[in-house]
Order: sequence, then structure tokens, then C-alpha cells
Amino acid sequence: MDLSELSIDRVHEGLKNKEFSCVELTKAHLEQAKAENEKFNFMVTITEEEALEQAEKVDTKIAKGEELGILEGVPYCLKDIFCTKGIKTTFSSNFTREFVPPYDATVVKKLKDEGCVLIGKTNMDEFACGASTEYSVHGPSKNPVNPEYVTGGSSGGSAAAVATNSCVFSLGTDTGGSIRQPASFCGIVGLKNTYGRVSRSGVNSMASSLDTIGPFARNCKDAAYVLSKIAGQDHNDSTTPPEEVPDYVGKIDGDVRGLKIGVPKEFFDDKVDAEVSSAVKDALKKLQDNGAELVDVDFPSIKYAIAVYYILCPAELSANLARFDGIRYGSNPETEGEGLVDYYFNARGEGFGQEIKRRIMIGTYVLSAGYYDAYYKKAQKVRTMIIEEVNRIFEKVDVMVGPTSPFPAFKIGTKSNDPLQMYLADALTVPINIAGVPSLNIPVGETKEDSLPIGMQIIGPQFSEDLILKVGRKYEGIVN
Amino acid sequence: MISEEQVKQVAKLARLNLTDEEVKTFAGQFEEIFGYIEILDEIDTSDVKETSQVTGLENVTESDEAVRKCSGDDLLVCSPLPKERKQIRVKPAIKK
Repeated sequence: MDLSELSIDRVHEGLKNKEFSCVELTKAHLEQAKAENEKFNFMVTITEEEALEQAEKVDTKIAKGEELGILEGVPYCLKDIFCTKGIKTTFSSNFTREFVPPYDATVVKKLKDEGCVLIGKTNMDEFACGASTEYSVHGPSKNPVNPEYVTGGSSGGSAAAVATNSCVFSLGTDTGGSIRQPASFCGIVGLKNTYGRVSRSGVNSMASSLDTIGPFARNCKDAAYVLSKIAGQDHNDSTTPPEEVPDYVGKIDGDVRGLKIGVPKEFFDDKVDAEVSSAVKDALKKLQDNGAELVDVDFPSIKYAIAVYYILCPAELSANLARFDGIRYGSNPETEGEGLVDYYFNARGEGFGQEIKRRIMIGTYVLSAGYYDAYYKKAQKVRTMIIEEVNRIFEKVDVMVGPTSPFPAFKIGTKSNDPLQMYLADALTVPINIAGVPSLNIPVGETKEDSLPIGMQIIGPQFSEDLILKVGRKYEGIVN
Repeated sequence: MISEEQVKQVAKLARLNLTDEEVKTFAGQFEEIFGYIEILDEIDTSDVKETSQVTGLENVTESDEAVRKCSGDDLLVCSPLPKERKQIRVKPAIKK
């Protein structure tokens, strides 16, 4: 039995029945992480000591015959944007290359309380800005299917960690596609939750009105297990509503008979790669054959989404990164300069990479006096129109389905010097963040020539994670 | 048209040191990015309200109690600068 390929159910069962120890399980994942990282550069920090210490605790519990929680002893990884007490958290930035947070993010604390085993922190685009995990002070991550290609981003390291069996699940953040797109490029499951479903406290903010947190896993049920433990209201994040957390796992098995699936034609236009379109259409056909009803819907405002996003996101990012002054945390610049203001200029100029500078500049420009109404306010208004359109679609259908990315993984270096092309890589994921609704990426095929994974997203109304996980699970059942 | 002068002005507002090369690159890239964003001009939004929060939460309040996640010393360790009497020593804000 390969211990690094197990689902959460199998890990739980195996630990309980003493088929293997938690230390054995953890070592298998640590070895996998180290070996695969040599090839694909997706780990920033491997927390071997902490992992083995936690695994021993779990083994002691098992030896004493104590009851185990479902995630207890399960190896996982965290995107290097989640603050971990005493463990370096770099945000993949030169600015914070040595930052060691003094506290755990709410979700990290939750997973610690569950007894999960942290294998390490994963690579990402600097401050989560990017669609390829190339904009990182740690160098680009490489796609486990073919190292000439990107993993997608910004949570590319977390996707690669799951795809290489270096952990059972991982967490990422999705502001404009940063969970779904790398999940799609690496051929795994990735869930972007409803805005506010999971607490962001202790997770570095990128664009506060869009940021969400969610899991990567190798199947939908594992994602449901993780979500059920991290979702819910948190008094340290005032955007988490008191909305009840459903039993995602209990509700995951079911039928799609009579389910109305909206198929927006805009998701299948000529900007979408033909192979991607056809793989997603095949998957839709399979759901239809199992009783789902396909309904053509119109989503015309999708064409404004990238423009709206590249106003809102840099604006909010520039405000969030304004607190990075190199004084309370971060690194001091090589040239400190004469006075305090010089110090700020140097700390920020040396600390931030190109993409971050670019977005801070765009954000500062659109928020500056005289431009605020024309850009930020205008974008917020168009955002309302996109939300209203999504709501109208969900009056007619239960879920919407389309490709996650217009194309499969691209080659490293092909878009990193062309920001607009990189932004357009998010064309199908960004509208979902703008609407604040949940969306689940599942793998549905691969390209003929290079066997690159193709992903499909299942989008639901706000707080319908249970429904989209059920549809994903059903699809897995049909094809496996 | 976004001039290099404008780029320098925005960088100043953002407290960001840019190299001459960065100024040049950004001026060109912003031309393209803002050109793309102009697509929004074709929509009439005069009767539309702006959205800043998508799940409808408003005025979330908490009781006025200090909740400490970490001590002052834990926080001071995060600073790269020298410390004196539990304070961070910074460069002078006002030049002599």
C-alpha cells in the first residue's frame, strides 16, 4: 500500500485499525514532498520536526485506544500566505522573506485543534498576485504533469503538493481564480467558497472584498471533510456571517436527476481552447445522461469582469499593502536612507517584486483624487450589474457549469512579461469572485498532445457549497 | 496616454522607489491595461448602486474588549529594526 495516495476516509480507517502508524504515514508524505519538490519547486518550508512531533501525539492517542477525529493525523500543506505561529511565512516576497508570525491564522488553529499534521508551507505568486506561481521570490513552481509548464496560480504550490501526493489536502486562497485555476492545471479538486464562508483572519489580505479560502484535494469528499472543519463565523473576521455550516459530508452522496445545469454560451466562445470546450461538454453530457437537465443561459456581463477586477483588486491591494512599511515587520532595505520617508521608499522599492509594484501603482492611481469615481466607483457599480445577472441566472437553474480556465497550463515564461495576457488567464474565474458565489474545480480530461489536465467549474448560488460538492462527487462516481 | 511623469507621481504617492527602467516599463504597460479597462465606458451605470460587500452584512459590531493574541514582546521580535525600552527605533521623521 502506498501511504501517500490515501483519501481521508482511508487514512482514518488505517490509523484506527493500526494498519500503519501516523509516524509512518507522515514520513511517507515528508519523503514524497522532499523528492517531488526537487523536481517541481512547490514547497517553501518543510516542517519535518513539527510534523513528526504531531504524528507521535496521534500515535500515542491510538495506543491508548482514544477516539480519533476524522482529520486527526491527516497530513496537509498550507499556502505560504497563512500565518503559522513560529513557522516562517514569506508570502513569497522578498519583503517578508524572514517573517515569523507571532500567531496562527484562525483556520490554522482550527486544523491544529483537529490534530492535522502540517507537512509544510507552499509556494505562491508574491502576495497571491499572479496566475502561474512564477512571480515568487522562491522561483517558479513547475507543473507535476510536465515541468516545462506552470502550475497555475497564485496557489500553485498547494495544488502541486496535492497532485504529487505530498499531502492529503492543502489550503489555498482564491481572489480571482487562485484555487480553481491551479487545481485545473494540476488535475485535482479545488474549492473556492462563498465570500465569508471561511475566516480570513491571519491570512494576508490581497483584495478584501474578494478574498476567499478553500481546500485542494484529490476528490470532492475530502474537500467536503476539510470545509466542514474550517467553515463558520469567526469574531476575528467580521465578514463571516452567522450562516449555519451544513453537514457537507453527510449531504455529499446523491442524485443529479432533475438538476438544472445552466450552460452559459460565453464560457464556450472562441477565446476558449477547443480541446477545453469539448472536454467540458463531454462531462456535461455525462451529467445529462444521469438525469441532469442542461439549460442554455446568457451571461453577457462576463466580458466586463476582468476590467472590473483589475480596478477593484489593485485598489484594495494597494490599500492593504500600504501597511507594509518595513518597520513593524518585514525586512529592512540594504540602503536605509536618511529619514523615515526615505526608509519607506527603499523598504518598499527593494521588498516588492514587479507584479506587486505594478498593482500597487494601478491601485494608487485609480484611488487617487479625481479618478476614484471614474474607476473604483464605476467598477463597483458594474460589479452590482454582474451580481444581478448571476442572481437572475440562479432563478432559472440550480448550478452553472463551464471551463475553469480558457486554456490548459501554459509554458513557463510565456506570459510572465505580459501582464494583460496574464490577467486574461483569469477570464472565467474572476466573474465568480466578483459575484461572491462558490465554485468547484474538478478534473474532466486532458489534452491529447501533452496530457495536460483540463478542469471544469461547477458554480452555485451563495452558500451552496453542499450542492456543488454533491454534483462534483456524482461526476467522480460516473467516471470512476 | 500615461506619461512617465505621471508614473513617477503615482510612485511617490505609493511610497515606492522605482528604477528608471521600471518607470518606462510601467508607463507602457499601464497604457495597455487602462486601454483595456476602457471597455467599462460603454456601460451606463447612472442608476446602479455600487457593491462593496456581497453577502449583505452591515455594521458588524463586537463588544469593546481587548483580545490579545500575542504579547508586546512577540510583536517587537517581528521588527527588523533596533529596539529600545520596548520601542522600535526608526529614522528621524523630521530632518534637522
